[in-house]
Amino acid sequence: MANAAAPVIDSFTVTLIIRRFNPEVDSEPKWVDYDVEMYGTDRVLDALHKIKWEQDGSLTFRRSCAHGVCGSDAMRINGRNRLACKTLIKDLDISQPIYVEPIKGLPVEKDLIVDMNPFYQAYKDINPFLIASDKPTKERLQSPEDRARYDDTTKCILCAACTTSCPVFWTDGQYFGPAAIVNAHRFIFDSRDEGAELRIDILNDKEGVWRCRTTFNCTEACPRGIEVTKAIAEVKQAILRGRA
Amino acid sequence: MMSVIIETPAKPRTRKQANLEKYGWLFMRISGPLLVVLVFTHLVVNLVVGDGIKAIDFAFVAGKWADPFWQVWDLAMLWLALIHGTNGMRTIVNDYTEKTKVRLALGTTLWAVCGLLILLGTLVIFTFDPCPAGANPDLLASFCPAQ
Repeated sequence: MANAAAPVIDSFTVTLIIRRFNPEVDSEPKWVDYDVEMYGTDRVLDALHKIKWEQDGSLTFRRSCAHGVCGSDAMRINGRNRLACKTLIKDLDISQPIYVEPIKGLPVEKDLIVDMNPFYQAYKDINPFLIASDKPTKERLQSPEDRARYDDTTKCILCAACTTSCPVFWTDGQYFGPAAIVNAHRFIFDSRDEGAELRIDILNDKEGVWRCRTTFNCTEACPRGIEVTKAIAEVKQAILRGRA
Repeated sequence: MMSVIIETPAKPRTRKQANLEKYGWLFMRISGPLLVVLVFTHLVVNLVVGDGIKAIDFAFVAGKWADPFWQVWDLAMLWLALIHGTNGMRTIVNDYTEKTKVRLALGTTLWAVCGLLILLGTLVIFTFDPCPAGANPDLLASFCPAQ
């Protein structure tokens, strides 16, 4: 009886064209196509898994939580930076092949994996931790209004989708990049933090916020919906005022 | 009770050189709106008001530059537009050149051209004389007394 009741779930075949690079064999990255059978509930990450598990085990990519929180699987899908685990295949144009490449502007190590160290270094440089002079003998209280001031920038998962969508970052790897500025914003506008002046000084650099050309690529790329360009503009304002 | 000593976690990075980026950015934000007013007023006064486009000739320009108001107006337009444009080009050069030598060469050329144009333009605005004394009367404009 149970067999008779099981409905047939529609599936479709989709072609993924993946930019692959094996540093031990290839001198140049190359495009490789794969056909996979997918369902309406499948994401690009599921397609990558299917390829890796059933077709070509050498396909290399990062993923950890697979639910849009860890920020491991940012990649360039059909020319846009997205998280593979948050992009439903049915939302893309499946009559065309889906192009998957590593995020731009960081050195490719293998297939979809890039060296994230330059990105993390910019993050470290803005001192991404609470700077307070008093002894932490009790909790530091904050009003809901003060908390709301920097709420948007607390959402960052450091996936690098914003920084690697920035045309300035593509040509100038020294630029701090949107993600570092977003995380500086998170502390500059925190009423409990005393390091605003320090961070403002760090970002008032030749490679700091003034490199931003407000092209809004970062805002469009952010899988968490952070208004990145707005946060950068607020840091610019803070620098002009000399305080948060 | 254990005493807690909190170390200062980090010191500001030492500045290697004076940083003018902030002032460059601020200049662009201020000169932009000013230029919109200056340029569009310039266009309306020259091309729309009065006889419109037919009014423009040597005498029209000479008449405008006889007035210190329009001298200052044109001077502001010249300086702001050239510095605004050159600074914009400089940021593009900084964004898209990878070699330091190329960047320096392009930057130097840009500012040299900008400086020369500003100098020449300023000279013309303040030394312009539609009827220079002792000039060949055949070459003078019809409204000059020597004609």
